[in-house]
Amino acid sequence: MSHALSEGFWPRRAACTLACVLRIAHELVEAMVAHARADHPDEACGLIAGPEGTGAPKRHIPMINAARSATFYEFDSEEWKQVYDQMWDNDEEVVVAYHSHTHTEAYPSRSDAGIASQLGLPGAHYVLVTTKDPDIAEVRSFRIADEVITEEPIEVTGAPEAVQSYKFAHTPDSTVYDCS
Amino acid sequence: MSVEVRVPTILRTHTGGKKLVSGEGDTLAKLFDSLDSEHAGLKGRIVTDEGTLHRFVNVYINDEDVRFIGGLDAALADGDQVTILPAVAGGM
Repeated sequence: MSHALSEGFWPRRAACTLACVLRIAHELVEAMVAHARADHPDEACGLIAGPEGTGAPKRHIPMINAARSATFYEFDSEEWKQVYDQMWDNDEEVVVAYHSHTHTEAYPSRSDAGIASQLGLPGAHYVLVTTKDPDIAEVRSFRIADEVITEEPIEVTGAPEAVQSYKFAHTPDSTVYDCS
Repeated sequence: MSVEVRVPTILRTHTGGKKLVSGEGDTLAKLFDSLDSEHAGLKGRIVTDEGTLHRFVNVYINDEDVRFIGGLDAALADGDQVTILPAVAGGM
């Protein structure tokens, strides 16, 4: 269960090599939430790519969950290769790697952190969307390196005034603000 | 004979930042041996001590995932392109 990985289990501080905030257009957040809702009760997964070296999320790429499971996700290896080839040709990199939790909170699980640390996507923001509440999805963003999970705030750009179908949450205790 | 290898960001610490390297070998296992002499530590991130591919790494020859074509014994021909990618996976 992801909530077993609460404060105290992981070291609090982690080095942040990029800005410790995810700055993202509201349309992209809505696209991730819509994908998570569409695949519920299975976990959904995908990427947002951006021009190499900019760290700016631009292009939403929903991926197939090859595990087709409510408790696990894995990119389909053939689709991942095709997407990577497109990114290579476009000089893009992975800026956001997201997946949903359908029954638990939007916090990286032990396997999320373990696998991302073994051979992960350095520089990527790992975004979690939980669809456990049928009305309001919760969206949180993390850095994961060497099994250290560091939460970061999400700053949405161009957000309309309208009522949202999602909310952001982060636990101040586990957020590192003093990184440079 | 020479085989071009696309290196994912996470492993570019072993290639001096290069995203594209080349190596030699008529099988994937020999290719990784040849790469390791120039890019120390690279092979160990992909191949286990038991001589199998790590669970959460994807290796492709051209567009084929090598798990379906013989794993480390998969044959390479001149001009083939090898791509290494992290498997992206997790669960609650």
